Formats: sequence, C-alpha cells, structure tokens
Amino acid sequence: MTNFPLLTVLLPFAAAAAGLLLSRRGRAEGANTRAAWIAVIPTAGAAVLAVWLAWGQGFAFLEGGPRPAPVGATYGTVVTGSVPISLTLQADDLSALLGVLVTLVALAVQVYSIGYLRDDPRYPSYSAFVSLFTAAMLLVVYAGDLLVLYVGWEIMGLCSYLLIGHWWEDLGNSRAAIKAFLVTRLGDVGFLFGIFVLGIGAGSFRIADVLAAVPQMSSGTLVAATLLLLAGVAGKSAQVPLHTWLPDAMAGPTPISALIHAATMVAAGIFIVARLFPAFTAAGPTMDVLAVMAALGMLGAALAALAQDDLKRVLAYSTVSQLAYMAGGLAAGSDTAAIFHLVTHGAFKALLFLCAGLVIHHVGANLMSQMGGLRRDLPVTFAATTVGFAALMGLPPSSGFFSKDALLVAMEGALAGGLTDAAALLLYGCALATVAVTGAYATRAWLRTFFGPPRTVALPEPEPGTAHVIDTREGPRTMLVPVALLAVPALLLGFAAEPHLDLPVAVVSVALALLGAGVVYVAWRADPLADPARLLGVLRVPCERAFYVDGLYSAVVVRPVLALARGVLRTDDVVVDGAVRGSGRAARGLSGLLRLAQNGNVQLYLSGLLAGVLLIAVGAVVFA
Amino acid sequence: MSGWLSVGMVTVPLLGALLLLVAADALRPVLRVYGMAVSGVTLGLAVVMVATFDYGQAARPQFTVDVAWIPGLDLRFQLGVDGISLPLVALTALLTFLCFAYLGWGDGAGPGQLLRPRAGGARPRALVFTLLVLEVGMIGTFLALDLLLFFVFFEIVLVPMYFLIAIWGGERRRAAAIKFILYTLLGSVVMLLGLLLIWAQAGTLDIVALAQSHGAGMSRAVQVVAFVAVGLGLAVKTPMWPLHTWLPDAHTEAPTVGSVLLAGVLLKMGTYGFARIAIPVLPEGAAAVAPWLGALAVVGIVYGALACLAQRDLKRMIAYSSVGHMGFVLLGFATLTPTGINGALFANIAHGLITGLLFFLAGAIKDRYHTADIPSLGGGMLATLPRLGAVLTFAAIASLGLPGLAGFWGEMLALFGAFQPAESLPRGLFLTFMVIGGLGAVLTAAYFLVMLSRVTHGAPAAAGGAAPVGVPGPGAAGEGVVGRLSATLPEAPDERPVHALPGAAGPPGMADIRRHELVAWVPLIGLILLFGLWPGLLLSLTTPAVQILLGALP
Repeated sequence: MTNFPLLTVLLPFAAAAAGLLLSRRGRAEGANTRAAWIAVIPTAGAAVLAVWLAWGQGFAFLEGGPRPAPVGATYGTVVTGSVPISLTLQADDLSALLGVLVTLVALAVQVYSIGYLRDDPRYPSYSAFVSLFTAAMLLVVYAGDLLVLYVGWEIMGLCSYLLIGHWWEDLGNSRAAIKAFLVTRLGDVGFLFGIFVLGIGAGSFRIADVLAAVPQMSSGTLVAATLLLLAGVAGKSAQVPLHTWLPDAMAGPTPISALIHAATMVAAGIFIVARLFPAFTAAGPTMDVLAVMAALGMLGAALAALAQDDLKRVLAYSTVSQLAYMAGGLAAGSDTAAIFHLVTHGAFKALLFLCAGLVIHHVGANLMSQMGGLRRDLPVTFAATTVGFAALMGLPPSSGFFSKDALLVAMEGALAGGLTDAAALLLYGCALATVAVTGAYATRAWLRTFFGPPRTVALPEPEPGTAHVIDTREGPRTMLVPVALLAVPALLLGFAAEPHLDLPVAVVSVALALLGAGVVYVAWRADPLADPARLLGVLRVPCERAFYVDGLYSAVVVRPVLALARGVLRTDDVVVDGAVRGSGRAARGLSGLLRLAQNGNVQLYLSGLLAGVLLIAVGAVVFA
Repeated sequence: MSGWLSVGMVTVPLLGALLLLVAADALRPVLRVYGMAVSGVTLGLAVVMVATFDYGQAARPQFTVDVAWIPGLDLRFQLGVDGISLPLVALTALLTFLCFAYLGWGDGAGPGQLLRPRAGGARPRALVFTLLVLEVGMIGTFLALDLLLFFVFFEIVLVPMYFLIAIWGGERRRAAAIKFILYTLLGSVVMLLGLLLIWAQAGTLDIVALAQSHGAGMSRAVQVVAFVAVGLGLAVKTPMWPLHTWLPDAHTEAPTVGSVLLAGVLLKMGTYGFARIAIPVLPEGAAAVAPWLGALAVVGIVYGALACLAQRDLKRMIAYSSVGHMGFVLLGFATLTPTGINGALFANIAHGLITGLLFFLAGAIKDRYHTADIPSLGGGMLATLPRLGAVLTFAAIASLGLPGLAGFWGEMLALFGAFQPAESLPRGLFLTFMVIGGLGAVLTAAYFLVMLSRVTHGAPAAAGGAAPVGVPGPGAAGEGVVGRLSATLPEAPDERPVHALPGAAGPPGMADIRRHELVAWVPLIGLILLFGLWPGLLLSLTTPAVQILLGALP
C-alpha cells in the first residue's frame, strides 16, 4: 500500500516511454491499435490503484472531521548543498480524491481518443504524450515535496505544449502551443521563487515540514512566498492576468481540451493553493489579491464566453470563469468548497468538451453559426450535453448546483470577515453576477447547437490528420461510452459528499441562473437564426475580443522584446564584436606605423641612434 | 594509490597520436577504427576510474601522481581527480569517443563523416591526430593539480582546436580560427600573469596545498588582482559576456565534431578553472569580485537569450545559447555558496551533454540541407525527417531547462544559490540577479520554441516549392479557426528574404537519422535523461568537494 502512489505515477510513465519507443515500428494500422492498448491498460491500472488509495479516505477532505494519515514513502534524498530535496510520494485525503479524478478522466479521454483520432498517423505519439501527462499530473497530486511537485508541474506544461501543437502543420496551432508554454512558464518562474522562499523559511522542501513551520514564519515571508506562488497558480490555472493562453489552447484536439485544459492541469493551480492552504490563510494580503483576481476573472471570462462563436472557445472562457470561482472560494477561506467544485467541474467540463468533440466530429467545424438542430441527429450527445450545461449553470439536482452553492455560501461568509471588506464585496457581487451570465452563455450555446434549423453544409473531403467527418448518426462507441459514463458523476456527484445546502443562497443563485437563461431564450425565440449575443450591444465586440488583453500584451511585451532582440544582435555585431575587430585593426594600424621606421635606410637608423644618445645625455645632465 | 590510471588517461591518446606519426602507412587503411579504438581505450580507463572512485571521500584527490617535472623551477607533475573533476574527465572521454564514433562508424560514407575513405582533401590522418592531441589537452586540464601544469594543458588545447577550425571548417574558417586563437591566447596571457602572481606570493604551485591554505599569505589586494587576472583568462574561455564574440564565429565555422568538443568540453575548462583555482585559492578576491561576476553573468543570460531570439543561423543560435547557459554557471559560482557552486558544476555537465547533442543535430541538419539558415530550412522537419525532428525537439526542450531533464537542476540550483548568497555578499543585489536570471529562463524557452516552430513545424511543402504555398494544413478544417485567431505572436522576428536552397536538393531523398548518428547521440540522450531523473548521482559527488572548497569563505 505504501508504494501505491509511486506505482500509480510509474504506470502511465512506463506507458509513455513504451508508446514513444514503439510508435514507429510496424505498419500504421497495427501501430494505432497497439498504441491504444499501450495507452489504455496502464491508465486503467493507475485508475484502479488511485481508487484503491482513495477507498478508505473517501470524501473525508470534503466532509471535514478527522483526517486520516497519509499513505506513502520517501525514496531517498537529493543533497543540494543547503536545503535537501526529499523524494516523497504520498496520498492524503486531498491527493487521493484528486488522484481518482485525474485517472478516471484520463481513462475516459484515452478511450475517447481511440475513436476521435482513429485515422491519425500520429496517434501513437499523441497517446504517449497523454500518458506522460497523466504521470506528471499524478506526480503533482501525490508529491510530498515541493520540488518534486515542481517537476511534475513543468512536465504537465510540456505535454500541454506538445498536444496543443498536435496538428503542427498549421503554424497557427504551433504558435498557440508556444504561447501556452511561455505564458505558463512566466508564472512558473514566480512559482519556483515562491518555493525557494518557503523552503528557506522552513528549512525543508517537504510539504508537511513547510506547513508545520508556517506558524513560525514571519508574515513578510509568507506574503512574499504566497504571492510568488500565486504567479504560478495564475499561469497554470489561466487566471487574470495570465489567462490569455487558454482560449488559444483550444487549437489542440478536443479530447486534450477536455483532459488538460478543463478537468485536470488547469485545476492544478487551485489544488496547490488548497495543498498549502495554511500558508495562504496566514497571508491576508495574498488572499485579497486572489479575491480580486478571481472576481475580475470570473465575470470577464463569462462575458467573453457569451460573445464567442467558436463552441470550444465558449467552453474555454467558461473554464477560466469556473476556475476563478474556485479561486474565489479559496480566497473566501473555504478550501473544501473549492476542491468540491474542482471535482464536479472536472466531471462536467470534461463531459462538455467530449460532447463538443462529438458535435465537431459530426459537423466538421467549431463555429456555432454552422451548427443548429442537432438534437435529432445526436440524441445521446444532446442528452449528455444537457446534463453538462445544467451542471455548469448550477441547476438542481446536478453536481454543479451543490458545489456552486457551497462556494457562494463561503463567499457570503467572507463578507463577515476574513477578507478586506472591499475585496469581499467585489468577490460576492461578481460571483452573483457571474451566475446570471453563466446561465445566459450556457443557454445560448445549448440553443444554438442543438435547436433551431439545421445549418450543416456539405464539407469537402478533409485533409489527412483531421478529425474526420463520418456519416453515421452518432460517433463511434469508443467515443459515446466515455461520454455516457462521465454524465453520471456530472449529474450525481453532488450527492456523494453529504450535501450541505443553504436554502436562501441556493434559491437566489438558481433564480439568477434562470434569469440569465430566460433573457437569452426570449431573444433567441424572437429570431432563432440571429445570435443572442446581440443583447450585449456595444459590449459585444470587446467581449468577443476578450477585452483586447491579447493585443495589449502583444504591444507591451511581445513586440518590444522582439525589437530588443534585434537590437541586441545588432549591438553584438557593431559594438561588442566591433570593439574586438577594432582592436585588431588598431593593432595592425599601429604596426604599419612602426613599420615605417624599419625602412632599411641606414642613415635614418643612425640619425635615430644619435638622437637617442643626445636625449639620454641631456636627461642625465638635467636630472643628475 | 593507483596513479597509473590518471597517467594512462593522458598518455593513451598521446601515444595514439604519436603512433600515427611513426606508423603512418600501416594505420592509414584502418584510420576510422583506430580513432575509435584509442579514444575507446581512454573511455575505458575513464569508466574504470568512475567505477573504482572512492565515493565516500569525494572531496579528496584520488588516483594521484606526484613526480618532479622541472626540478630547477620546483615544478611538479601532479595529477589527480576529485568529485569536481571526475564528471568532467568522464564527459571528455565520452564526448571524444562519440565524436570518433560519429566520424568513423559504419562505412564512413554518411553525411558529416569526415574520415570517409576517399574524400579529396579531407586529410583523415591529420584529423585523427588533431583530435587525439585535443583529447590529451582536455583531459590533462581536468586532471592537473599543479598551476603551471594546468596552464600548459589549458594552452595545448588551443592549437589542435585552431587547426580543427582552420582546416576542416566552413567558408569563413580562416578568420574565425584566427579570432579564436588570438582572443583565447590573449586571455591566457592575462591568466598566466595571475597564476605567476599567486606563485610569487604563496610560494607554491600545488593546487591542493593552495586550496587548503585558503589564500593564507596573500593580502586582500593581491587576491583581488590575482582573481581578476585569472578570472579574465577563464572568462574568455567560458565565455562570459562581453568577452564572448569569438564563440559564435568559431562555432559557426567549426566542423560538427569541433563544435561538439568546443561546446561540450572547451567551455567547461573555463568554468572548471573557477571551481578549481580561482575560488578556493583566492577566497577574499572571489568575495570582492563576486558581485561583478554575478552581474556580468545575468547580463550574459538575458543578452544571450535575446541574441538567440533574433538569430537566423541555427549554429550561431546554439552558440549564443551557450553564452546564456554559461551565464547560469557563472551566476552559480558568483553566489559562493555550496548550493550555487553545485548548481554551476551540474549545469556545466548538463550543458556539455545537451549542447553537444544540439551541435551534433545542427551539423546533421547542415549536412542535409546544406544550410543552417533557419528560414531557408523551410520548416516541417517533423514531416520530412521525423526522427531528426523528434531528437531536435528533445534536445531543445532539455536545453530550455525542463525539469526531469538534465538542464533544469543546474539552473535551478544556481538561482537557489542566488536567493541566499554567501553572507559576505549583498543579498538584495543577488535577489535582483535571481529575478533577472529567472526571466532569462523564460526567454530561453521562447527562442527554443520559436526555433522549433520554424524548423520542425509547418507544412514542409512550402519550402521545396513542390506544392503551392497556403494549402491549409491538416486539422485546419476542424480546429484551424482557433489557430488563426491565436495569431497574436508575430511571425518571424526577421523579415529578410528567404534564400532558396542551393541546388534545390530539398527534402525528398534526404535520409533520416543514420546509424553513425544514432550511435553518437543515444548515449547523450540517455545521460540527459539519467541526470535529469536522478540528479543525486552528480550532486552527491560534487557536494563534499564543494564544501571543502568553500571552507575558508567568510
């Protein structure tokens, strides 16, 4: 049992290694099948181990009460010269819960991908990268040492980069992948420095030691450490101001969006705050910053989602918004509510993405303006998507209803204390407004995809490597089964942990969600072909462009850096190397000058000699 | 103890080189095997050394030899290894062997194999001779425990490297070779003055004794002057900004094996000098100069990264990336903490492995496309040469410092050292260095990813001209819209025209990774993974030695 966390990490890691090494052997047909087996079986094994690890602890983290002792072992220590790195893997109640989420979603996605990328020649490397990602995420979840966690944290980023760029023939995808990696890496530098601060402050990188040392640390140390960590959280979890990479990351295959960019990796930032929650609660200013970030992010992203035409971008902005909800819950002081929402969101957002994949698979396009009336063609997808959107809006009895309720209760509680008054008020106000906007954009996406007149147009033969268009009514079974299975937790997970309901808050939130939905419905009803986003009026274009943040960063960061780079190259040639070449030329010039004296004229030599003697004589007379 | 091992490491390649002069005709038909055999024996000795090294006493010099050399001047022939030099000795032996394997494996007719049987003017015998002499100098530098002996080996290296660039180099090899040798010789002269100053003041040339006395007998002023002099010589070799401009030229013009050894070993001689001589022998000088060293180091990190971002030539880009990586090494030394120096030594080895691999790859690309100009390569390498593209991706990712691969630990520890530098150093300043270094790490990722995007991604047809440009790539129908929307990163940072490939050789017909390349690269890939996944292997070796070395620091 103590080695289970290690085994859970190693299984998908071995799958990744095997998948990459074997991917180019044999014929393409057989290679994909073999790769599928290599991918699915270890992931299933990891899922079994993760469930086993979580069995005894169950939902202990969410229910409070006595916390069971963590299961795990230390596999040695790496000396560094000062604070050592301890190779510890362990599963406590929080890790065990997330381990189950990660492995089950990964398993669903692996199975789903078999159908989604059936004819893709690069499926073997794709599935190997998904396995590598699973291993890295499990390393983050089970790590007992901050630097071990950081290793997994960065490898996740690498897998995200590789998978966003899966269709690298299109340079746009390649660029989106670079953007995702660089923006998150910028945050990760801060994250690493935060780890340094905590490690020096506590004299150890072990999470248990760090948390035990929190009471002894000065508040300055804690605020600095948590603010730096927050940079990494903002990068990974796509929070303001580092959120811009996530919508672009939708360039990757849809199953990847479900796994990495909705359910698991982007939730890692929330997880790390919950993991180090005592350190964060002891740093009041950090919590205020987090609250403001969350408030701006949840409302802004929801508004952006309302104006997007691309179905996947709607879901991407929705993910930013929902992650901000979790961050808000953390800022309000409730790590259990945030983790509860993380788990339910993982289920329903993965479900929504997989359904979107089925829709895109069927239509052959991402844009909702090319969809419509699909509920007859895709009955299973329609039912599953409806469950997903209901959970996203927080309608009872879906899982999202309970978790969102818990978050809103926590944020309401923060009004009484915990946060600065202004921050708490902003957070709660934005949260309530976002409930309404969420209802609006979910309804809009649901109506425009599945209702109204069909708008599907005949498509040309797709390029090889495309999510290929098939003419059956629904997707293949490998895609439908994971969707159907994910719909169950998305609907019922709220009942698993003992639901605590606060009736007034629940009534208000459901009423707000229905209000948003109702407004959109009325607008849609008036003209089913027109986009209900027209309700936004003058705000529509700014919302569609996500308030021009991308353009701002491009003008303020990207272009100046590139200009600076060109300047450096020129300086290097002209000034730095110019000095070197100049000294060479100067030496040659000087030698040319001296050479004039060596002209072979004996008279000149003799005159020089005499002049020298004269000078010495004069000098001797004068100074003697 | 068994000092024959140290002597053997130096004499085997030396005898091998001499035998080439004596028995030229007999060896000419078997040159390719001969080079591999001699360097293989040396590598075998290195493996024996690694296997029999007493890891419990990694701080103490082992396999020592100490005989009188020039009695009149009281010069001694002192060799030995400890935890600091052992990895470098092994790395040198390995890289030299891999270079010979690259040159001579198989039928010797592959791209980049300069020892191929009948290549007009390739002068294979001279090449083997040059490389073996180079190996003598490189290994000797890391083994020497006497200041002047160190200097002698340090200088021996310059001559074969000069010929390597000047004879087997690219088009502008002559200028690059002259620049290389004049620049580094100038640095060496300054270093020699510093070494002589140490000798005059301390009265001994024995590095071990000097390090144990921790600068006793030398006033602070003398130490500062000596540190600056020795440091300048080492900094040229490292190279430290702004003394780096010989490096891009030398790398661009050098043949593949020359670039690999230059980046993999020669640069390490400069940084090794800091760990072996400058810091332990002159502790007060080090403490006084460290803030300057740190400042120049972080300038080098950011400057190198920015220069890479705008660079068009692949080999030049990798050369500039060395300036950045060596900046991390120097920053680690400048912290004067065990953590920082550990990080510097780790980054040293990691850079040797990763950049060695990168130069092998750049050479392979240049041999195939006949250019290293990134826009002219045309992109899409993952489609045309999938294995080469995959290894290039791996090497680039290792070089940008991804945890789990060797490049990360050294840079992380150097930054960690800067977070809490030695007590005599200004902490606020080093915190600034740490932040700048961290931003440099982001820029490092930026230029490597941009390079990967331009070389390995994209539709390959755009380069060869076989298909019309602008064909939407696969995936465009389903998900391309997003890609187009995400075009917020400007295209290429350079708008100069792209030159067509000479001869329009183009991708078709080019072979993917060949056997001799695989033989040379797989050990490097394996070691990058090994040290990345188990950094303790190296750190447990260097830590005790570093702690002894820093024993005297205030």
